[in-house]
This record gives sequence, C-alpha cells and structure tokens, in this order.
Amino acid sequence: MKAAPEAPAKARVAVFKLSSCDGCQLQLLDAEEALLALAERVDIVHFREAGDRSEPGPYDVTLVEGSVSTPEQVEEIREIRGMSRFLVTIGACATAGGIQALRNWQEEGLALHTVYPTPRYVSTLARSTPVSDHVRVDLELPGCPVDRGQLLGALTALLAGTVPRLSTAPVCVECKRRGYPCVLVTKGEPCLGPVTRTGCGALCPAYGRACYGCFGPMPDPNTAELARRFGELGLTGKQVAARFRFIAGWAPEFREAAEATEPQGAGVRP
Amino acid sequence: MTHRVAETPNRFVDIPSIARVEGEGALHIKVRGSQILDLRLEIYEPPRFFEAFLAGRHYSEVPDIVPRICGICPVAYQMSATHALERLFGVEPPPGTHELRRILYLAEWIESHMLHVHLLAAPDFLGYDSAIEMARSERAAVERGLWLKRLGNDLMAQIGGREIHPVSPRVGGFSKAPTARDLRAFLPRLEEAAGRILEVADWVGALPQPSFARPAELVALTNPDEYPVNEGTIRTTAGRVFESARFEEMVEEIQVPHSNALHARFSDGGSYSVGPLARVNLNADRLTPLAREAAGRAGLVLPTTDPFASTAARVAEVALAIEESTALIEGYRAPEPPQAEVTPRAGRAMWITEAPRGMLYHRYDVAEDGMIQAARIVPPTSQNLRHMEEDLRRFAPTVLDRPDAELGRLCEMVVRTYDPCISCATHFLRLEMERG
Repeated sequence: MKAAPEAPAKARVAVFKLSSCDGCQLQLLDAEEALLALAERVDIVHFREAGDRSEPGPYDVTLVEGSVSTPEQVEEIREIRGMSRFLVTIGACATAGGIQALRNWQEEGLALHTVYPTPRYVSTLARSTPVSDHVRVDLELPGCPVDRGQLLGALTALLAGTVPRLSTAPVCVECKRRGYPCVLVTKGEPCLGPVTRTGCGALCPAYGRACYGCFGPMPDPNTAELARRFGELGLTGKQVAARFRFIAGWAPEFREAAEATEPQGAGVRP
Repeated sequence: MTHRVAETPNRFVDIPSIARVEGEGALHIKVRGSQILDLRLEIYEPPRFFEAFLAGRHYSEVPDIVPRICGICPVAYQMSATHALERLFGVEPPPGTHELRRILYLAEWIESHMLHVHLLAAPDFLGYDSAIEMARSERAAVERGLWLKRLGNDLMAQIGGREIHPVSPRVGGFSKAPTARDLRAFLPRLEEAAGRILEVADWVGALPQPSFARPAELVALTNPDEYPVNEGTIRTTAGRVFESARFEEMVEEIQVPHSNALHARFSDGGSYSVGPLARVNLNADRLTPLAREAAGRAGLVLPTTDPFASTAARVAEVALAIEESTALIEGYRAPEPPQAEVTPRAGRAMWITEAPRGMLYHRYDVAEDGMIQAARIVPPTSQNLRHMEEDLRRFAPTVLDRPDAELGRLCEMVVRTYDPCISCATHFLRLEMERG
C-alpha cells in the first residue's frame, strides 16, 4: 500500500479530463466557497476548465476525470501518472469506463460509422476503458457524477496526509438507515441498490424510483441472486442484462453479471 | 508581368488548449502580413458515440442516458428527450408538470449562466487567468456570482435530486415532485437574488468589454406569450419561421477534418448562431420587468449581433429566471400523481428546447415495444461552431497589430463568449450528407 503524501505547505493539485461530460470536475467548481478556500490552501496548477494556468508536474495530488478512449489518451495518462505522486480517478468514467463503454459491446467500428460519415478523421479506440487498465491508480472515487462531499472529503484527507476510506456498503444500507420504502419490495421495481455501492445517499429510492447503479458495484455483490429476483419480477434476460450494462456497465462485477444473463462475448474478451 | 512579393514570414498563433470552456478544443491561426492564411477551431474532445448506443435501449432509460452528454446542462438533454417522446406517445403529463419543468430548466439557466459570467468570461475582461485569481481582488463579485449559482444548483437539486444528472425527470413527468412547501422555502432566497442580479448587472455593465459588430443570423425558439424554454416555434433574425419537426429539412451538418464535432448550417449554406444573444433578440418583448432592468444596467441594447453582448444577455436571462421562478413557485401545486402512465407507440419523436447555450434538437425513432432504433442529437455548440470560426476570421484581422499572445487571448475571448460546450458538440452528430 502506498503512503499518502505528507502535507506540504502548499500541495500542488492538478485536474485532468479524458473522455467525459465534465460533470465530475464541475463538482469542484460547484463547491464554490469550498473551492475558494481550497485554492488558498493548495496550489491548483492545472485545471483547464477553471483557468489558463497549466504547469507541468510534479503534482502532489492529481484528479482525473474521464475514460481512456483514444490512442492519445493512452499516452497522456501515462505521462500524467509519471508526474503524479497521488493519482485519484473521479467518477464512473475514470473508474469504470463510463456510459461510453456501452460501445464496447458493439461491433468494432459500428459506433464510429453511425455517428461520422468519414471515420478516418476521427481518432478513437474500439473500447472505452478505466484509467486503472493503463496505469496504477492510488484512489478511485465512484459515481456519475462523483459525490461532491466524497470528493472534498478525499481531497482534504489526502492533503492532511491520510488515505480516505470510502464506504463499500450497498445503497440498501443507506436506504434502510434513512427509512425509505424499498422500491424492490414495495413497488416491484428492478432496483440495483442491493449490489451498488453507496455514496449518493440513496438518491433514486428517495425520489421514488429504482437505483440504476451509477456508483458502480460494491465489492463481492450477489448479482446472480438479484438477477434471479429481476427474472421473477418479469424481466427478460435481455432486460436484466441491460440493467447491469449501463452507467458502470464495464466494471468487472456488472460486466460478468450481464454476461451471465445474456452472453454477448465482447464483455468477456480480454 | 511578374510581381515581386516581399518575403514576409508566416506568423503562427497557436492555442493548443482553450481554457475556461467546457471540453477540449484548440485554435490555430496562420497569418502572413495582414492576411489570415488559415484559421481552425480544432475540436479534439474525443467522441463518445451517444447516438450509437442509444439504439437498442428502452425509451424509459433515455432521460438517464442523455444527461451524461453534458454535466453543465443535463436538464436540457432530459427536457428535449422527454418532450419528444411524450409527443410521439400522445402522453399528457399531469397538470403542474409544465410549470415544474420550467422551474427546473430556469434553475439550470441560473447555474450555467452564473458559472459562465463569473468563472469563465469575467476573468477575460479584467485580465485574470481564472476566477480563482480574480477572487483575490474581486472577492465580493465572485462570491455574489457563486451565491447566485448555488441558488440555481440548490433549486435543481431540490427538484431533481442532484444538480448534475438529476434523477427525477421521467417520460410522463417526474418520479417524485416536490411539495409546494419544499419550493416555497426558496422564496426568500429568490427575493434576495432579485436584488443581487441587479448588482451583477451593474458590475457587468462596468466591465471593460470589447465589442465586435458583424452580420449574423440569430436563431431561437419563440412563443406568443412566454419567453422560450421548453417549447416554441423557430424564428430567425432573417425572417425564417419553422417548427422543430422541420429542423432536419432546414439544417444540415457537415464534417470537417479538424473537428470531432460536426458543423451545422442552413441547407442553403448560411451559418447561424443560437444562444442567449439570439433568444433576447428574438424575444425582447417577452423579457420580464426585472430582466429589462438588468439588461439596461448591464449595457445590453437590442437588437444587437455583437457576440460580446452575450454576457449581458445571460445576466438578463438570469433576472428573468429569478422573477419567473418566483411567480411559478408562488402558484405551484404539486402534480398528483407526479408521472402519467406511458404506453409507447412506434414512430419518430422530435423536439427542441432552449438549453442555456441555445437550441437543442433531439430525434428518436422508436419501435412499437418502446425500444429506440435510432437517435439524432444536435446540440447548440455544434450549431455555433461554424459561426464561431467565421467570427474569428472577421475578428482576427482587426487585431493583427497586437503581439501574438494578446492576439491569441482576444481570439480565445471570442470563442469563450459563445460559452461553447465542447463535450456536447462532440461525438454524437449523425451526418445525413457529405460534400466533397
């Protein structure tokens, strides 16, 4: 296990973006007063969405949003790793490949042709993959988007020289704690709460709907049992697989769960 | 007869990564003497292929998929999609849904516009690299902007569960609607916001801003009796009028080698521009009293095609959003039930709403069982890209006497005043035709 950085007087923090919607780094801009306070404690030396400053490494803490989906990004993430003491992936794209990993199951090149008439202009890889497929990652923050409290908490902990521990409990635990009626039991909706890690505050059940797994799998989820239950609720194998093949569908646990229900091949290719 | 051409070296101005925009783009300018030899707004934001993987998904998943195109304007995507699908399915959402959606969307305008005005645009006018730098001397202004932005964010989170990728908007309405009490709790803050936005207007009016007159065809939705948000008829400053269903007939998209985003233009070849500047020009008589006052104090004189007037237009729209949300919340009754029953039906669904950055077109081809067969999404930034490049070609020659760094910075400001959302513009535009 790698030690967290000691807290220097002014830690150098960098924010990078790969393939993504900007939503996770927007959580930093949305932190507003906390961002201004943070900017006083650390040196934000690279954050293109916030400003022109773009200094090379070394960085004490690097936040990376987005998945790796072009040959250029494979190089870029290696360079970023080389300049970073502590590399943190923020959100479902960087941590699990993101919603754009849905193309990983499509026939190679299909997506490219559907969207662009002259594909040769566009540089892209056949697959959208998480950062950890390419370089060592020190901390992964899940979520689509990443939770702002979790992000600021993790940054604060790292800057204080400790490694934050994130809850790995399922959404169900949060749901029960808050006393929300179970949407799986009371409404018979295919809720992914039993296998999805918490962090969102059980948002979807709070808003009267089934969790769709945007925080990705908890460790050792019992996806087989949940898939069986979804079948009892009347979902076809294809529909069950589609529940798993979604925002965090390329995460190994969800990928395998979908594959077990509706084999497609691509999902298990190395 | 031969000409002797003086050997003037080429001058290159390269901005490899444009700062303070959403997404990734670069600007390359090649100049010889007083001539622009080449100017390219390069969009290298990688494609994410939303249109390709929307095919094969169930219609009910669309409001959870499309917001992921953009973290800054997720509600815009949810609204264009849900309206399109409801219209196809013949679904009438419960009474009160129209108002609740308008409040949610206006809250996104507040959040997005205040982000742009304070964090992305203002540092340009005052010569700072970022709002973080700017906050050292303009702390009160930055904090006021962030306070207003937080109000938009909080209102979105109250209605949608969270401000980035809200969870409650569904085809047919909302999975859960806030109570009247939940929303009325925002009234004191909205009242305070009405005062603060006028302070922002004064501040923006006093900023040293460039101006740049150029011809432009501005395009926006219009309604007889309200400022356009979730619906409307398309009108342009050149007098074109058409409904969203004819959008694909009227507009074509072309692929250019230096951009991962397609460029949109009218089928007769004309480029056009969408966004707050277009909206205020085409809906000037639908601005609310507070919006008029904010516009006046921010220095907005209508009609105008000056792209730099967009900042004042955003301030006017935030004033409108504050005033309208207040009235909508005062008259709000929670829709009950929050979501109408939906029975899918086969066909083509099309709709346009006004995203913070301009018109957002969605089209879905749906099978009888509710599965999406094909999708096409034309976001505002791809409609503006061609116009942006044309603006730069006109603007750059007027500032060629400046040193490279300043020339680059000024051109970057032209790009930024559009508030381009490059993640939106990239990777999901489907081309129907190609020109050699």
